[in-house]
Amino acid sequence: MTAIARPFAPARPRPTVRRRVAALVDHWGLPAYTVAAVAYLLMPIAVMILFSFNEQVGKFNYQWHAFSLDAWANPFGRPGMAAAIRTSLEIAFLSTLAATALGTLIAVSLTRYRFPGRSATNLFIFLPMATPEIVMGASLLTLFVNTAQPPLDTVIPKGVLFPLGFNTILIAHIMFNISYVVVTVKARMAGFDRRLEEASMDLGANEWTTFWKVTFPLIFPGILAAALLAFSLSIDDFVVTNFTSGLTNTFPIWVWGSLRNSLPVQINVVGTMIFGTAVLLVLGSTLLQRRAQ
Amino acid sequence: MSRTSHLLRRFLTPYLLLAPGLLWLIVFFIFPTVQMFLYSVSTGSVDFGYRLTWSFAAFTQIPQEFSRQFANSILYGTLATILTFLISYPLAYFIAFRGGRYKNVILFLVIAPFFTSFLIRTISWQIILGDNGPVIGLIHTVDVFHQVPQNFTFMGEPIAVVSGLVYNFLPFMTLPLYVALERIDLRLIEAAQDLYAGPWRPRGWIYGALGGAALGGLVGFGISWSVPAFAAAGAVLGTLIGGFFVSESFLRVTFPLSLPGVFAGSLLTFIPALGDYVNATLLGSPKTQMIGNVIQARFLESNDYPTASALSFVLMVGIIIAVMAYARVLGTEDLSGGVTI
Repeated sequence: MTAIARPFAPARPRPTVRRRVAALVDHWGLPAYTVAAVAYLLMPIAVMILFSFNEQVGKFNYQWHAFSLDAWANPFGRPGMAAAIRTSLEIAFLSTLAATALGTLIAVSLTRYRFPGRSATNLFIFLPMATPEIVMGASLLTLFVNTAQPPLDTVIPKGVLFPLGFNTILIAHIMFNISYVVVTVKARMAGFDRRLEEASMDLGANEWTTFWKVTFPLIFPGILAAALLAFSLSIDDFVVTNFTSGLTNTFPIWVWGSLRNSLPVQINVVGTMIFGTAVLLVLGSTLLQRRAQ
Repeated sequence: MSRTSHLLRRFLTPYLLLAPGLLWLIVFFIFPTVQMFLYSVSTGSVDFGYRLTWSFAAFTQIPQEFSRQFANSILYGTLATILTFLISYPLAYFIAFRGGRYKNVILFLVIAPFFTSFLIRTISWQIILGDNGPVIGLIHTVDVFHQVPQNFTFMGEPIAVVSGLVYNFLPFMTLPLYVALERIDLRLIEAAQDLYAGPWRPRGWIYGALGGAALGGLVGFGISWSVPAFAAAGAVLGTLIGGFFVSESFLRVTFPLSLPGVFAGSLLTFIPALGDYVNATLLGSPKTQMIGNVIQARFLESNDYPTASALSFVLMVGIIIAVMAYARVLGTEDLSGGVTI
């Protein structure tokens, strides 16, 4: 904007160099910082993707050698890797299903009803999220190991809680996911208009029909967000799984185990695939929600 | 009759909805914690079984055996929390107040690291900070007078562990800060400016210098590098920020209103950082071991359940006490404030 464009502009203080610099810093300082911070956050992702195109020389993929598509041509070609990924997906799917169901019920109860013990329950739900993962994993391990000893070993069928494996990982993942589901669904239900349900009842629908025809469609975006969160927490979990997996491998456990003697390029390939899938899922669900509104 | 049953049903419904989920949490969260405590006061071995003897030997050995690892955990956890806060605040501030139409895009980029595996992210840091990595390369390129020794390294040093912790938990800080800042009524800030809340000078220079020096010194101490150098750098940065970027309206209105986010964010960063052992394993060395490393090794490698249980128990109780003290200081009633967006 020049002086010619605004002939009647009031007299302004002369733009000294110092003022110009100050205005420049004021205007561009924060945006520049934000760009730098975002670059910092994305840097390891860029490295992961870049190194998925590295040529495998030696056992460890720590140094750039040459561009190669070998790992992408054979993404699961490492012993035990495909099985670990399958286990990860199965556990993520099942634990998401169970935790979303259990957590949504709790969220509905906490937001729709006033009852004695409600605030205590709220606090209790918060506890698992405030506990370090290592404490959760370790305490579950002590529980599972203890079930191998008398008298619990006579009550609990062998293979359910001990030896450690698929079941125990699943149990642990459902456990830590419940709280996150409750908090997410609760947040979306906060602005829920109860009068819509009353209207439905007034028009002759019973509670069951009202729930499925009115309540559920309205809180569905919240449930979907909670399920996505639970799935991503489960598929990426390392610490709790490390304590409850025994000899069963999930993908993170497999990566951890292989780190001792190798770091194949395929790890970056699968990491990139997971990243791409997650980005697509989130973008998809955002578009879905935007359309629903 | 039907009226009573209707009332009974109304009374029972919330509990019936709660029951399955809560039962799961009781059996697989509360009960294991009790079990872990019982192991910490037991004696025996994994081969011959453990007997509950109410022996507190596992606890009494902690101060002399594991104080270094506890100290590392507290130091690195605290540093990581402070640094994530300092890095996140301007970022969250920009997204909340000046993000405009890019708001959702930037938020998406902030949580993008969560779409990759925690382990793979940390492995990427091994590459970035490694001896053949770009950061060391840049340092040697800039270092034209060869002041930096050729064997200069980050790996295995506290700075690498703290960097890993800061990076991995940064979004946990940024998101609650953003949520808290976003909720602020802009008219309050305008009112402060109308009431002549201007730049924070000259006090901003003084407080900024002092605060910056203290924080810089702490960082220097934490990563066991030169404390005076870091304190000096912190003082310079603090003076600039305090004098030019912090206004009185920010100090008196914006920042106090964002405290719930500060509270939630620092807990969400500090708690997982304190118990973490992945960063200390992949980026550290034996001298940077944190308490999580010991718990992990004792449970999964040497099967020393009483010691490991005692350590986990102390970690858990310590965190509960710290959270309660912190809640009292910051005075936030809603503990989970801003956990989800």
